[in-house]
Amino acid sequence: MEVLLVSLLNGLVYGMLLFMLASGLTLIFSMMGVLNFAHASVYMLGAYFAYDVSRHVGFWPALVLAPILCGILGALIEMYGLRRVHKNGHIAELLFTFGLAFIIEKAVQMIWGLLPVPYRVPAALDHTLFHVYGTNFPAYRGFMLLISGLMFLGIWLMLTRTRMGLVIQAALTHPEMVGALGHNVPRVFTTVFSGGCALAGLAGVIGGNYLVTEPSMAFTMGPIVFVVVVFGGLGSLAGCFIASLIMGYVQTFAVVLEYSPADALAALGITVTSATPLSEFLTIPLPRIGALLPFVMLIVILLFKPRGLMGTRDT
Amino acid sequence: MKCSRWIPFVAALLAGVGLWSAEAGAQGTIKIAYTDPLSGPFAQVGDQNLQQFKYIIDWINGRGGALGKKFELVAFDNKSQPSDALLALKSATDQNMPIIMQCSGSNIAAALIEAVDKHNERNPDNRIIYVNCGAVATELTNEKCSYWHYRMDAHVGMKAETMVHALPKDVTKVYLLNQDYLFGQSVQRDVKTYLTKLRPDVKVVGDELIPLGKVKDFSPYITKIKASGAQALITGNWGPDMTLLIKAGMDSGLDIRYYTMYAHLGGGATAIGPAGNGKVRSVMAFHENIAVETGKTDTEGWTKQFRDQHKFDFYAAGFRTIFEFLQAAINKAGSTDPAKIAAALEGLTITDMLGYQVTMRKDDHQILSEYFVGVFTKGVKYDSEGTGLGWKTEVTVPAKDLAQPTTCKMKRPG
Repeated sequence: MEVLLVSLLNGLVYGMLLFMLASGLTLIFSMMGVLNFAHASVYMLGAYFAYDVSRHVGFWPALVLAPILCGILGALIEMYGLRRVHKNGHIAELLFTFGLAFIIEKAVQMIWGLLPVPYRVPAALDHTLFHVYGTNFPAYRGFMLLISGLMFLGIWLMLTRTRMGLVIQAALTHPEMVGALGHNVPRVFTTVFSGGCALAGLAGVIGGNYLVTEPSMAFTMGPIVFVVVVFGGLGSLAGCFIASLIMGYVQTFAVVLEYSPADALAALGITVTSATPLSEFLTIPLPRIGALLPFVMLIVILLFKPRGLMGTRDT
Repeated sequence: MKCSRWIPFVAALLAGVGLWSAEAGAQGTIKIAYTDPLSGPFAQVGDQNLQQFKYIIDWINGRGGALGKKFELVAFDNKSQPSDALLALKSATDQNMPIIMQCSGSNIAAALIEAVDKHNERNPDNRIIYVNCGAVATELTNEKCSYWHYRMDAHVGMKAETMVHALPKDVTKVYLLNQDYLFGQSVQRDVKTYLTKLRPDVKVVGDELIPLGKVKDFSPYITKIKASGAQALITGNWGPDMTLLIKAGMDSGLDIRYYTMYAHLGGGATAIGPAGNGKVRSVMAFHENIAVETGKTDTEGWTKQFRDQHKFDFYAAGFRTIFEFLQAAINKAGSTDPAKIAAALEGLTITDMLGYQVTMRKDDHQILSEYFVGVFTKGVKYDSEGTGLGWKTEVTVPAKDLAQPTTCKMKRPG
């Protein structure tokens, strides 16, 4: 019971962090068809910007300034990089962002060094919100949930209640038609890319001091975010949200549940011994393969439901 | 027969070139290949090692190097991949470097030992010594031992025994969490062995292996540790796997003793933060306050100088010992020929920077030096990474108590 409750909270916090990262990516991916490999790198930049800004003027201005900086960077990347590459098709765009990810990582290493930077939770949030059976639930995690919840609400309202949002939504599903109706599609693209990067930056501000701010943070976070986006389905914010929570919970519970496939078979009345074929594989406990599970799920969904959970169109 | 006139001339010229290059060799440097991850998720480890090596080499060259030659470090990035480490070995032997050094990754070390053995057998006139500066899986100086491999750090078995000795009497429930590869499994096995032997009253309430460098959020593990009722966590994790684990533990308020092998390395103090006062312990060869505690003012001044130039603590006393060993061995051998250096290294004893006697054991080429258990706490002279907290010695283990029997059957070149 105790473990269940704490794990539910842990999974929620991690899932929401994934959502903050993935929501920007899913917008960009849906709209431009580009799997932005540099997305997690922008997340990392958000954390480093926040660290630098918070050293001088404090955490709260950083919460606003760092995402804005990331948004500006995103706009520049789109206008002077992606737009030129776009002519040569999606593969060129993909490779462009792939290269960019490496350049950003190296730049971060050169500017801030290879060691983790001491980016800490602000003093105002550095206390315990409540206890669950003796485990602290830090106020900062509550704050993370609040910010990500507000973000979900904000994006959803923006997409459904504003003119800009309607154009973006239309461009998600029918990009050619939107262009034909006379909307400035390149500007919409820039806005979405810049907005997506700002969201990644915000995730960095929040995630950088929740986890550790260091040059490998993009590298470790990148693959899982792609899984979320593809799993959730193209063009669906709700799908992305659900996929994030599923991934958060899968990874959390995979650690906590000390079972192996053999235990499942035992429940069916089959006993696995060392003589059983594949016994090495069947007796691996879940925690040891937990980090692999999202990728297994990615493959399964691509095989059986290629549009993802709630995807509205093909890639 | 016109050209016969030229023969003496050409011969003289060739001899001249030969002499010149031989002379250049004598005046040249002693090149040491160094391979570790300098890019990728574990780059910070290789980079810190490199900066400390540079500091040490400048110092030892300032004291005359060896045989009047200076040491020179040539770094090769292996991206934590054994295959890239083998490429580094190939470059090193192509350039006739007498020594290759590697610190992180016991899987890489195992591959290097095998490759160095093969190379030296096939090329008796171009041999190379492998100086292991930190790959610590126990088997490397036991089942897998080799004449050409010299390990200059305490192995996991020794660290595990030290750790078990340091467990207070009232701790009876421990949780093991390690990385799922050669080194982590070695920690897991050895800690359990010494617990059974020295502390049969201690129960292992959890025993976990995690994929190397893949876990981002350690909160679920912390929940599990908490639920297990463990009083102490024992981990060999390093790099992000260590910093993220400890950070998650501190954030969740998991109030137990953390026994680590690498929390004193760069980035550890930042991750622990002020909340970890008195909770985290590390089994280590050195920390900056030892010199203060034992009154070695010259050593204190020497590490202080490093501290003033760098953003992280000096932790690699073992690296300085390596170069003092190499200096002594080369001077003793009177040559930079790897076979002669190797022979001189065997059984060599020197006095290290803290004033202890350190020996390279002949039987298995395992270094025997003093070792410490430090606790991360307030109120020390030198704090770590600007946290206000630093390391304080809790237990000092002399080299003789650290010596463990070996199963190595050394094959010496005939």
